[in-house]
Amino acid sequence: MDIKKHSWAKVGAKALGVAALSLSAAITQAADTIKVGVLHSLSGTMAISETTLKDTVLMMVEEQNKKGGLLGKQLEAVVVDPASDWPLFAEKTKELIEQKDVDVIFGCWTSVSRKSVLPVIEKLNGLLFYPVQYEGEESSKNVFYTGAAPNQQAIPAVDYLMEEEEVKRWVLEGTDYVYPQTTNKILKAYLISKGVAEEDISVNYTPFGFSEWTTRVSEIKKFGSAGKKTAVVSTVNGDANVPFYKELANQGISAEDIPVVAFSVGEEELSGFDTAPLVGHLAAWNYFQSAESEANSEFIAQWKKYIKNNKRVTNDPMEATYIGFKAWAKAVDKAGSVEVDKVRPAMYGIEVSNLTGGIAKVLPNHHFTKPVLIGEIQADGQFEIVSQTTEVPGDAWTDHLAESAKVISDWQDPAISCGNYNTETKKCSGQNF
Amino acid sequence: MKRLVFLIVCIQQLLFTSLLFAENAENGFDGKLSALIVNSNRQKAVAIEALATLDDARVLPALKAMLDARLYYRKQDKQIVYLLETSSSVSISGVISGEDLGVVEKNTIKKIRINNKLRRILRASISSLELTSSDAELRLNSAKNLIKVPNKTLRQAISAAIETEKNREVKQSMQLALAMIDIDSDNQPLRMIAMQVIGDSISPDAVNLLARLSQRDEKGAYVEQNQEIAELAENRLKDAKSQLKFFKVIEDFIFGLSLGSILLLAAIGLAITFGVMGVINMAHGEMIMLGAYTTFAIQQLFPELIQYSIFIAIPVAFLVSGAVGVLIERLVIRHLYGRQLDTLLATFGISLILQQAVRMYSSNNVAVISPDFISGFWQMNEAVAITYNRIYVLFFSLIVLGVLALVLKKTLLGLQMRAVTQNRAMANSMGIHSSWVDALTFGLGSGIAGIAGVALSQFTNVGPNMGQGYIIDSFMVVVFGGVGNLLGTFFGAMSLGVANKFLEPYTGAVIAKIMVLVFIILFIQWRPRGLFALKGRFVED
Repeated sequence: MDIKKHSWAKVGAKALGVAALSLSAAITQAADTIKVGVLHSLSGTMAISETTLKDTVLMMVEEQNKKGGLLGKQLEAVVVDPASDWPLFAEKTKELIEQKDVDVIFGCWTSVSRKSVLPVIEKLNGLLFYPVQYEGEESSKNVFYTGAAPNQQAIPAVDYLMEEEEVKRWVLEGTDYVYPQTTNKILKAYLISKGVAEEDISVNYTPFGFSEWTTRVSEIKKFGSAGKKTAVVSTVNGDANVPFYKELANQGISAEDIPVVAFSVGEEELSGFDTAPLVGHLAAWNYFQSAESEANSEFIAQWKKYIKNNKRVTNDPMEATYIGFKAWAKAVDKAGSVEVDKVRPAMYGIEVSNLTGGIAKVLPNHHFTKPVLIGEIQADGQFEIVSQTTEVPGDAWTDHLAESAKVISDWQDPAISCGNYNTETKKCSGQNF
Repeated sequence: MKRLVFLIVCIQQLLFTSLLFAENAENGFDGKLSALIVNSNRQKAVAIEALATLDDARVLPALKAMLDARLYYRKQDKQIVYLLETSSSVSISGVISGEDLGVVEKNTIKKIRINNKLRRILRASISSLELTSSDAELRLNSAKNLIKVPNKTLRQAISAAIETEKNREVKQSMQLALAMIDIDSDNQPLRMIAMQVIGDSISPDAVNLLARLSQRDEKGAYVEQNQEIAELAENRLKDAKSQLKFFKVIEDFIFGLSLGSILLLAAIGLAITFGVMGVINMAHGEMIMLGAYTTFAIQQLFPELIQYSIFIAIPVAFLVSGAVGVLIERLVIRHLYGRQLDTLLATFGISLILQQAVRMYSSNNVAVISPDFISGFWQMNEAVAITYNRIYVLFFSLIVLGVLALVLKKTLLGLQMRAVTQNRAMANSMGIHSSWVDALTFGLGSGIAGIAGVALSQFTNVGPNMGQGYIIDSFMVVVFGGVGNLLGTFFGAMSLGVANKFLEPYTGAVIAKIMVLVFIILFIQWRPRGLFALKGRFVED
């Protein structure tokens, strides 16, 4: 028994040795590549959404390499799996920067994972591109936010409902965590500033993965029967959406009665269910697969070819990843280096054509200019664009909350160079998030 | 030569048809139809309403196609066409002529876009045309749609329809639709009559209107000019509200039972594996998930049998999850009997493995289609509607529970199961192969979880994580109800469901869930064996 164990241990040690050797060989071989870290969950609850973004980054890397790479070097993607475990995001960031020596990271989906990465990436002076729409109120020196800030998604969506559907009564329905809470706080302040009475706004939260919507939907139905046109603004997170929409359809609430505008439901989420009863419900994004432009058709074709599945869809965070990657590549070219301290200043003012036919410009507050698109759900799981604005500059600190209205972010102006600059006291608080 | 003749014939025909249609091109079907090709939604709305006034059999199908987003126009000649889409190709046919225009490329045609506002108008226009349909259900639907969108121009049509209507329910709805129009007229006596009709209804639209009519301004005076109507509206609103309150209690109770039945379905399997065998099976949720994926697989394999897929899936899911259960028991759990902590960790590991295995197939949620008989709702009265799927799941969970109870009480396997759990050594010495009974019991519990998965696939996401949402609730139900007792599981599930649904309107879903959990923790302190504790000698060990 003892002997047996011993021999196993030997074999194990040998195997380890071989593995270590081959690993070090791989490292020396890869010494003159530019390393691109990919920090998206490939297992756990968020894998549903994040795996797609990992594939998008890999596709972009492959495309860039075909064009000859950057600065004469090939790009090399380093993929890690933070497994939908928020503290693990911080550890993996550290691993990527310190051990894998990556030059840039594309990653994170949920706000809580980004918040977990922030202290690490600031301390190690890394560079993160965050591709998802979020609640704002943040501007870190080491993060570029390629998704929408609230003024690029939530506010224009509410404006659309006010003007087009003449909505007077509002249900703000969300999942119970930081993004819906902050967004709803901003929206409520905005609605009240637009003259909506307090009793015409109902805010409600449900747990993650909630599936028992009977009571909530029947309450929304009741709230909607007060003689005023009612709409639901939904920040309900991914998984809880299917039962929510199913219950709406089952209880006979159509988009014509009470339209629902969602901020977290895109093409990918819709591919998980039968959309026929949902026709007419809305979503607000900066990109829809149905946007008609040449760049978009090319991107869709490239994606379907890369993923080898003709049925796969594209969505807004994918476009944000695309824009982020292109902007970074341009900045590296401009700076002639991949060093964070050189790439970051080179980023400001860079312009990338987005997929909907406009221009995404990098702003000194680390946000981008993006058009806002409102789409109606169609029976085939796609969106029909019913409204499109010109590019809106992303606002890190919202103008609709008193304490944030006076705060700005500007990392370009040497006199400010701060993510949280109070324009009244003329001081930088130092707390960027 | 032949070709030339053909061409001439063609041109002749073209001239002839254009002459024929020219006389009513502007005001006829053609003209009004082509008015739909505009960008402005406001103009489109005008065009739809103009079209609906025409007495032409082609109007109704065209409007319906527009509502279904099947109305397109050809880019080259702006001819409006129907889209006929199959999985492989797109073909079109003319709306005016009705002729088949063959297969086309999708980029040569363009959709006539609609939005929610236009959908409302379309539905109202279609309703006005279907008011005289011979199908009572269509007439009822039309009347209900017209209640939502009162339109003065349809007054004549509605009152004519009321005259000839025989069906009581349809007639009531039509009268309400008429009242919704009359209430906005200038004729005060007419308004009063309308007010009486509206006051008797508790449909959401009527209550909406009552609320509007009884509004007061800042000084406390009615906004409504006619004092009498405003007062009546306020009175009726009060009545309607107290009626609605009563129905709300009934509704909450039904919702509670429905949540209870879902909890019951999810927990029954666990009542066997945990309740009877004492195995803390953390992979129970994944057995549910396997059942749900089986439903999906059956729908993919037999697309023509979608309406019956659930009935096929029930036995198949039982076998699939049951087989996986037996496999887990034989390979892992049987080595760990008596070591509860190890079982917990091992089954937790298995649950992660199963989740990731499914994720490797596809990390996305999959779409399970609901058969038609499950969709839709039963309108108990104007205020309460219960969806069919909730009614079915309630009965389904009771049937599953009943069958399981029969298996345990009346079959040899059930007898052996009870014998083994009560006294393993004695059962062994009586010639029962106890290790196989263990495997089959675990398989039975897992199989039932699979059946639960089939039912749950109709309510929620089918994805790799779906089992996670049910595992805590299932344990809660089994522990609360009393370990090892099916009746306890039933009462546990139902009372937790109802309590949850009665709390939810007051506290919100998050707090309701926390309160129920805290309650169970306290309850277990008081009665550690749950609602229905097993009694007898064998309980002690």
